[in-house]
Amino acid sequence: MKFFHLIWGNLKRRKLRTALTLLSILVAFVLFGFLCAIKQALVGGVELAGVDRLVVRHKVSLIQLLPEAYKARMERIPGVAAVVHQTWFGGIYQDPKNFFMQNPVEPEPFMAMHPEFVLPPDQMKAWLATRTGAIVGRNTAERFHWKVGDKIPIMSPIWMRKTWEFDIVGIFDGAKKGTDTTSLFFRYDYFDEARKAQNWGTGQVGWYTIRVKDPAQAASVAQAVDLEFENSAAETKSEPEGAFVQGFANQIGNIGLIVGAILSAVFFTILLVTGSTMSQAVRERIGELGVLKAIGFTNGQVVGLVLAESCLMAALGGGLGLGLAWLATSHGDPTGGLLPLFHLPARDLLLGAGLCLGLGVLTGIFPAMQANRLRVAEALRRM
Amino acid sequence: MSDSQAKNNELVRVDNVEKIFHRGSEEIHVLSKLSLLVPTGEFLALMGPSGSGKSTLLNLIGGLDRPTNGTVTVAGDRIDQLSDRQLAAWRARHIGFVFQLYNLMPVLTAERNVELPLLLTTLTKAQRQKHVATALAMVGLSHRAKHYPRTMSGGEQQRVGIARGIVTDPTLLLCDEPTGDLDRKAGDEILNLLQALNREHGKTIIMVTHDPHASARAARTVHLTKGQLTREAVA
Repeated sequence: MKFFHLIWGNLKRRKLRTALTLLSILVAFVLFGFLCAIKQALVGGVELAGVDRLVVRHKVSLIQLLPEAYKARMERIPGVAAVVHQTWFGGIYQDPKNFFMQNPVEPEPFMAMHPEFVLPPDQMKAWLATRTGAIVGRNTAERFHWKVGDKIPIMSPIWMRKTWEFDIVGIFDGAKKGTDTTSLFFRYDYFDEARKAQNWGTGQVGWYTIRVKDPAQAASVAQAVDLEFENSAAETKSEPEGAFVQGFANQIGNIGLIVGAILSAVFFTILLVTGSTMSQAVRERIGELGVLKAIGFTNGQVVGLVLAESCLMAALGGGLGLGLAWLATSHGDPTGGLLPLFHLPARDLLLGAGLCLGLGVLTGIFPAMQANRLRVAEALRRM
Repeated sequence: MSDSQAKNNELVRVDNVEKIFHRGSEEIHVLSKLSLLVPTGEFLALMGPSGSGKSTLLNLIGGLDRPTNGTVTVAGDRIDQLSDRQLAAWRARHIGFVFQLYNLMPVLTAERNVELPLLLTTLTKAQRQKHVATALAMVGLSHRAKHYPRTMSGGEQQRVGIARGIVTDPTLLLCDEPTGDLDRKAGDEILNLLQALNREHGKTIIMVTHDPHASARAARTVHLTKGQLTREAVA
């Protein structure tokens, strides 16, 4: 710390240059934070997926329905602990822009299958007692200012092409940070009864979720499920829930690769900008470094001063950038429902801190080596 | 004075030193078989024309460079045999430098500049501040402690440079043309200061100069020509 005023003084030597370099680093780390949050929003569901859960869908595509009767057959397959189903409702609340997922489910087995959704017991009781009852995640409830007791209209362009009315009987939270609380779930019996009128889809569901008894046997259970329905009118494709979520994300592209490519380009540029600034800063004070060595600073101490300066610059710019990114992403989904998991995870903040340090070391190492090689007598002649 | 007394009293011993620089395939002999003794407490002036090797000799005595041949012993240490790291620590302990162009850090105040050599010691902040205050008082600049070099005159900057040179109470003060960039009045003030440091505080000083007016303040002057001592004068 006793060298801090020297390091700080050198950073302040060319104020405009330092400010511009800091700004470049800051912008790079704000971008880093945003891209990490977007990546989290797109692939974060993979991490939250249950390791003991399989998703079974129609082999052709997710929009093809499966018979409800499959449930009983799946429950008989060795290794299967529980089975629930969901169906895509695709409803619109007031405006198509107000997107959020609504699915009919069987309340008790569904909540048992998804312990990540936390619903107060009295609200669960109310849901079981109300045929038109629906529970909604905290995120969407706050977004539309819904509260328990509200009656909400949702128009379904798929089912009956009419406006359905649901009574909000509960609001659920996520058991851990990052849990998607944007969905609305309503009772399957209400849904199935009502759709009989359109004479289509009755007794069919969108997809199944299976809990396996032993996660290590998940692959063999998935294989057994697909084998069970092989050569039937509705063949199945079973996969771990994580792979299912990943499949959704992959429809956009390899998110990790895209984010990695953008960040690599940004950080390479920042590396050049900051490295150039540091090299110039050291070249300008060759004589001063010579004086430091003359009065007894060792090569190692001079190298340390140069590295400390570059690390301080990276830490300031990077720290501010990460802080701004964290502030900006802490308000959650900026799209109003399309990216429910949008946030900057602590893991990525740590990665950012590591990148700050790496940037500081990499941009300082070459000027530091230059300072290390400096011959004192030669340097003093260049004052 | 007997031989042993003389040996006990000698601070700097330069024996048959040669310094050869290489420029491409050309060898430039800057110092040739040069020997010099400087006793403790002496104020010695090294005079000579440009290129005579006086600054090179000062660098060798200060451990900033190594001789091609010969030995340099200062304060009992064979400094020509020390590693870079050992030399750095040795310089911090024994040598104070005063440069022609002051060589202050422009980003630091006068007191922070003076404090620099003390950062290499184990002194506490309070002890460092006390040493800095004493050094600045000795050069008459206590009132300019918080000022930056750019706001000071050349003479004042050189006095800060001297305070930085003496703040660790070094064994030897090496001055390379300390008045070379100053007008006569400011130069005289600096020479008065150096003389006082030598006479009142017993500081051993070796000063490179090509100014006879400056060398006249030294107790002894040795002249270098083409890398060799040519004559000596005692005041």
